[in-house]
Amino acid sequence: MPEPHVLSEGWGRALVFAYGLFAVAATGRSAVQLGMEPGKAPLAYSLSLVAAILYLVATTCLLLGGHAGWRVAAIAVSIELLGVLSVGALSYLATDLFPDKTVWSHFGQGYGYVPLVLPVVGLLWLRHRSP
Amino acid sequence: MGVILAMAAACAVILVVDLVRDRAAQDSHFISLAVLELGVLVQLVAGCVALARTDRDIEGAVFVSYLVTVVLAPVVAALLALSERSRVGTTILLLAVATVAGLELRLWEVWRA
Repeated sequence: MPEPHVLSEGWGRALVFAYGLFAVAATGRSAVQLGMEPGKAPLAYSLSLVAAILYLVATTCLLLGGHAGWRVAAIAVSIELLGVLSVGALSYLATDLFPDKTVWSHFGQGYGYVPLVLPVVGLLWLRHRSP
Repeated sequence: MGVILAMAAACAVILVVDLVRDRAAQDSHFISLAVLELGVLVQLVAGCVALARTDRDIEGAVFVSYLVTVVLAPVVAALLALSERSRVGTTILLLAVATVAGLELRLWEVWRA
């Protein structure tokens, strides 16, 4: 039985890969969006940046593990879940708010709905390994 | 790009079959992933050459960053899978192959835009 606060072994390693990938994807997306035409859709682009930071924090905390890592990861993943749910809903209800897309638009449709699944899996994993 | 997609699909089939059979990541997986990696490396070079030659208005930064990510994903996944020789390793490789497939579709979109 592995230590309860090690978060990056076993299935956690698959999670680290998925989160790392999304950290790269969201960072790249926000860099392109903010670098090229930041004025076009400030809200959407800021949210892309927030998403990128959350993915980066979650990836780092999963790798670090420990009590603090677990707690910060839990907070980051929870915000991520709230973000994808609210942005997903808003992108359908208030289309004029989002002239351009974010990672979370339409519940992550552009990314095969993985952004919607990822935080749920993340929270289940964290609960499984709760200190 | 169609070739890469076909290769990714072939890798995915091998991985899914072995995942269902509850097999850990093994040599045959790494070899098929290496073939895929070779394909995306060729694509990286060919993509950059094509981008330099074309007159069309393509988002160059996005295109090249996709080309590079698609090369890196299998390598990182293979390293992670090596340290996790179980079903998890096989799953990580499968995630990487799915990523390659997804990125190929995006590359195609960007190229035709």
